[in-house]
Amino acid sequence: MTLDYLLKRIFQFILIAFLAATINFFFPRMSGQDPIQQKLMLLQSQGVNVSSEEVAGLIETYNAKFGLDQPLWRQYINYLGNMARFDFGVSISNYPTTVATMLKRAIPWTVGLLLTATLISFAIGTIVGALMAWGKAPFWVRTIFPAFFTFSAVPFYLMGIILLYIFAFQWPIFPLFGGYSTQRIPEVSWGFAMDVLRHTILPAFSIVLAQIGFWALGMRSMMVTVQGEDYILQAEAKGLKDSRIFYRYAMRNAILPQITGLALSLGTTISGAILVEIVFSYPGVGSVLLQAVRGFDWFVIQGVVFLVILSVAFTMLVIDLIYPLLDPRIHYRTE
Amino acid sequence: MAIQSTAILEAPPPSANRLRDTLLYFRRNHALIAGCALLLLIVLFVVVGSIVTDPDDARPLAFRPSQPPSAEHWLGTDRLGKDILAVMTEGTPQTIRIGVTAGTIGVLIGTILAFFSGYYGGIFDTITRSAVDILRTVPALLVLIIIAISVPGDMSVLEMSLIVAALAWLGPTRVLRAQVLVIRQQPYVEMARFSGLSGPEIIIREMIPNLMPFIVAVYITSISGAVLASLGLEAIGLGPFEANTLGMTIYWNIWYASLINGWWWWWSPPIAVIVLLFVGLFLISQGLDEWANPRLRKRV
Repeated sequence: MTLDYLLKRIFQFILIAFLAATINFFFPRMSGQDPIQQKLMLLQSQGVNVSSEEVAGLIETYNAKFGLDQPLWRQYINYLGNMARFDFGVSISNYPTTVATMLKRAIPWTVGLLLTATLISFAIGTIVGALMAWGKAPFWVRTIFPAFFTFSAVPFYLMGIILLYIFAFQWPIFPLFGGYSTQRIPEVSWGFAMDVLRHTILPAFSIVLAQIGFWALGMRSMMVTVQGEDYILQAEAKGLKDSRIFYRYAMRNAILPQITGLALSLGTTISGAILVEIVFSYPGVGSVLLQAVRGFDWFVIQGVVFLVILSVAFTMLVIDLIYPLLDPRIHYRTE
Repeated sequence: MAIQSTAILEAPPPSANRLRDTLLYFRRNHALIAGCALLLLIVLFVVVGSIVTDPDDARPLAFRPSQPPSAEHWLGTDRLGKDILAVMTEGTPQTIRIGVTAGTIGVLIGTILAFFSGYYGGIFDTITRSAVDILRTVPALLVLIIIAISVPGDMSVLEMSLIVAALAWLGPTRVLRAQVLVIRQQPYVEMARFSGLSGPEIIIREMIPNLMPFIVAVYITSISGAVLASLGLEAIGLGPFEANTLGMTIYWNIWYASLINGWWWWWSPPIAVIVLLFVGLFLISQGLDEWANPRLRKRV
């Protein structure tokens, strides 16, 4: 890997971070809305008596933070600085909790859910896809799994509603909502871990169900290509066992483009996971976002948007950088 | 027409009866037929709904809330007192309209960008390519959220379409540009260039007709993507609150926890229509893919 490529990729990452912060800053301002004003109107329409100290505190923090008396370019520079330090301001609905605190609480849930679901669907999908291209696959693999491709056309959170109805409402095998039982206090213990697992199975499964088709399709077409290669013919001529040819010769070479697919699908997957969390009231970033949208909590919305865009870009950067380690044929070289 | 160069070599000369040929081809392309049938089912549902219900039935407090399906209300009523069949009759076309409007804008912009950058190359191509490469790694839903919260006041169905259209050009630009790069090297394009046709003439008279099946396939995909994006935004609560679109119906279902309350008749119709719509569009795009890419035609 050359230094040139490394620098180019890192520059791209910084550019995405910068663009994300910039649209966060300019879009809401362009429409000329005042989040504090809106929040107060919402509270008044709900008949809530807002104490004047609270309002004064909010406005003071807000003005000091964003220096609204300063010229626009000054505010913009300040904003970029704040974003770079992950300082997203305070939540309007949960004043004085900072947005960063709320996100810190939510992130482990989302990452856990996404990681589990992605790994499971990647593993199953890749193996199934490889088997489907392999002429010697069992009959049921080649007949049942194509149905999953149709599922991948349907948004996963809707699949979630159906799963929830069948496995939590009709037959209460799994809980209806949340990330852990309400009577439990989050702690590091076996019982709590099992409780979390029970709550995670359905949301994870709805992501897995929708994604298997995506991975299987990619793997199938790669396997078809690989099967025509000379080294497969040579392996067969050597009289190697079928399973060895399948795993060591065919799959190992076909799996590499799947890693690129993993990086490219990340954005779509995370958008879907946010909606799955909303359907399952799972305590991750998606639920924080839903609460924020309901409460006109602008700084929280902006924080979530910035953080998710940044983490997707960062993960892609990491995948791109470790890719040459996985595939020795790849050299990042500038011509 | 789509496959001129290969058609001359392989297929018999086109028969006089093109309509019959088209129909025969449709009969072979099962995915396309199945997809069209599913969409037709949705149209039928809306037509029946509009005969049976009155638009006023889809207003809040029109009836007793949360009633299960009955002879009077075929799909029951929701928590807000609307007749669900009337809601669906009004909302289904609205959601489709959002998809078609945003998809059309996306494909138009995408086609123009793809042909100009792909055919002419140069600095404009570099900018387009980098923009598409960078933006496609960003989760679209989150960018759309920022745009949606910036819309002041209540959102209309048209505004919803325009918000979704903001990123709808990315996919078409990327896919079509790659195709333009391929066919730019084809002998017939070179021939046209030698015979003195100008760039725009070549694009409009030679390249666009040849890529038409491809553009149509991309169009269907982009409609489906736009519907998906609009449903996501609406489910979060960033949609036209006054409208009864499918996504807003899902939003109210989440808001009133219809699942836990056992109001299955409220959440199942929008999901059924959405599933039909997506699977239908998916099958159509598969069928069109086969048409656009003759190498996939196994049953010819």
